[in-house]
Amino acid sequence: MSWRVWLPLFLFAGFLGLAAYQLTQPKDDFVESGMIGEALPYFDLPPATEGASGAATTDFKDGTPRLLNIWASWCLPCIAEAPQLERLKEAGVPIVGIAIRDRPEDVARFLAQHGNPYTRIARDDLSEVQLAIGSSGVPETFVIDGRGIIRYQHLGDIRESDVPTLLAELEKAR
Amino acid sequence: MIAELGHAALWFAAALAALQMVAGFLAVRAGEGSEIARLVRPSAVVQAALASIAFAMLLWLFAITDLSVKLVAANSHSLKPLVFKLSGAWGNHEGSMLLWVTVMSLSGGLIALAEKRLPERTMQATLAAQGLVSLGFYAFLILSSNPFERLPVPAPEGLGLNPLLQDLGLAFHPPTLYMGYVGLSVAFSFAVGALLTRQVTPDFASAMRPWVLGAWVFLTLGIVAGSYWAYYELGWGGYWFWDPVENASLMPWLAATALLHSTSVLASRDALRVWTIMLGVVAFSMSMVGTFLVRSGILTSVHAFAVDPERGSFILVLLGLFIGGALLLFALRASTINEGQRFTATSREGALVFNNVMLSAILAIVLLGTLYPLLTEAFDVRVSVGPPYFNPVSAIFAVPMLVVMAVGPLLRWRQDRLERIRPELALFAALVLVSLIFFGLVTGVAILPLLGLALGIGLGVASFLPLRGRNLKRVPLATWGMIVAHFGIAVALIGMASESAFSKERLAAVEAGQSTQVGPWVVTLSEVMPVAGPNWTAIEGRLSASYDGGEPVMLTPQARRFWAPPQETTESALSTRWNGQLYAVIGDRTPDGRWQLRLWWKPLVTLIWYGGLLVALGGALALVGRVIADFRRRRIARRIVERRAETEAIA
Repeated sequence: MSWRVWLPLFLFAGFLGLAAYQLTQPKDDFVESGMIGEALPYFDLPPATEGASGAATTDFKDGTPRLLNIWASWCLPCIAEAPQLERLKEAGVPIVGIAIRDRPEDVARFLAQHGNPYTRIARDDLSEVQLAIGSSGVPETFVIDGRGIIRYQHLGDIRESDVPTLLAELEKAR
Repeated sequence: MIAELGHAALWFAAALAALQMVAGFLAVRAGEGSEIARLVRPSAVVQAALASIAFAMLLWLFAITDLSVKLVAANSHSLKPLVFKLSGAWGNHEGSMLLWVTVMSLSGGLIALAEKRLPERTMQATLAAQGLVSLGFYAFLILSSNPFERLPVPAPEGLGLNPLLQDLGLAFHPPTLYMGYVGLSVAFSFAVGALLTRQVTPDFASAMRPWVLGAWVFLTLGIVAGSYWAYYELGWGGYWFWDPVENASLMPWLAATALLHSTSVLASRDALRVWTIMLGVVAFSMSMVGTFLVRSGILTSVHAFAVDPERGSFILVLLGLFIGGALLLFALRASTINEGQRFTATSREGALVFNNVMLSAILAIVLLGTLYPLLTEAFDVRVSVGPPYFNPVSAIFAVPMLVVMAVGPLLRWRQDRLERIRPELALFAALVLVSLIFFGLVTGVAILPLLGLALGIGLGVASFLPLRGRNLKRVPLATWGMIVAHFGIAVALIGMASESAFSKERLAAVEAGQSTQVGPWVVTLSEVMPVAGPNWTAIEGRLSASYDGGEPVMLTPQARRFWAPPQETTESALSTRWNGQLYAVIGDRTPDGRWQLRLWWKPLVTLIWYGGLLVALGGALALVGRVIADFRRRRIARRIVERRAETEAIA
């Protein structure tokens, strides 16, 4: 009896130790794309709003590295990253936008309010392209090199500190 | 203003929990008749009122969609129907923790008002323990999960509620489980109180029993509701996935089932004292371990809770404090508590002890399977443990348990002979054997479902045998509760076995107008239409399904798209007959213009949930029976006192 009454406490202490150890381990919460290093999957999407041009895989194969920005007018972090996209555009980076599950009038309103950094804006009503390139949320930004190969993925909104990283990645992709 | 009012109420409630704890422990140390003891009960009652005010304020904020409150902005949306706005109040981490402490302090208030059976010192120890547990959760809520936090700038619009959660069944599934968890926390406080004053008596068991029963009924309902929700909402056609979060609700249920039975033994036979205390601690620790596992994010689960390692650490500290403290107290005190009355192996107690051990073994297996990935990840090996482990390994212990469950209620307390119940035993054995032979040889069913069917049929009949030779009108309500609950287990078991043995599945790509067949059903896709709801659009398949050439029924499975946040869900369509369910899901369009249909015919599948409901009903009957009996006992006691006073006055 005497040692057995201590057993639950020891087992529990073991569990606590294990759980505490696991909690201190860094946890990777980002869903990274498995498509890094692969060619862009085939797509050909219509424009997201009047007056814009749509986007297709072939647009990425002219030798110029581009940013592919997955966003939506209903997404709040996308508003937060708009100034950074604007700065990237001023730095001469061509940015292709893909609006996920959006309505043309909402896209137009968003661009009027927060600026339009895009050379092309396509609409992806079924998240087909989003899923095909391995993006699990909005916003996400991909660096695509001049041969249409996915080189880098940025998850979440682009903060000011991320701009140099993206510029460096674009340089590497040249 | 509303948010500040709620926040203030929360702080005051926390202060009262601290008072309840300190006053309670001081009163226990001071012994009978100390002044400070008078503070304990009132502080529990007022604390309950304050916590309710805080929760009411949160409901109000959600009802009016006050987007200056962070929690509302993150989880609600002005376009949502009111009922889902309200359920959004607890459909998130902060709100659900507030609901937890509210229910917990309401229970504390109720004990403080109504529980008069136990010695006053044990009551104070119990309420002090309850105060400690509440204080821990208040600290957690206020310091790391404040539901009333304001945004510096109000949000223009809310971020919506997960569309999968916009379902009435699910709006009430988490609160139901919480009631169960909280009921177990009360049982825990009783166990700690009894340990502190070393008064592990039948009275203690009778005081604790309604809470365990109540917790157990709510846990059962919560698990049944969650399982049915997963079945029709997720569109996978399954009802149990051994996912960590499901296990987190199953483990407290297993522990509570064992606790319930050992509490009954202690209340009526004054045996199993130490074991009951141990289970009281284990049952609550299982609900806390479950909470920790799903909230800390250290295990990967399909249930994507807002996980946060910081909150995980907080819960872990609370867990260590409460459970570690209780286990330490247990280790120090257990040897000073007498084991209680003795009994032989072939007795009601013997059967209950056997099944208690079996339940604990299943609990250990589920716990091991759930924690195993955590263990291997420490060595950088990622594994996931699933049905191939859980099903057969738990069956090893479930099979003997089911046999003893059929026999145990027929035995007498303390000492009995199996010869006395030979006809009942023979009937049970014959039913099981005949079913084994019939389903095994004639229909060729796999081993686990085969055992499930045979034992389910045997137990279904055996659960009514305790009524033999008794006047039905004089059978106590609690005994009816046991019979109904045991019968419910048999019914659910037959449902599970039948689902796994006889289900038919068909995956077909059909054009509008074409038919396909699954089991006895012929299903025709009439057309596919776009439809729209308040915050979603969908394509809807119109199916006409005819059972065995009979009158066709219409089914309309949908693939829904929500836009805030964007998410796709499949709405399965079900057609329920007395002998099973047709389950239909519509998938994508194939490039050549056909539609993917996924169809299942699941014979007797509904018995799983009907059985679960019967189990809960049995628990509820027993609870009502016990409470009525307690009231009657109190009335009689009061009358005796009055009578005595009268006689003395006359004398």
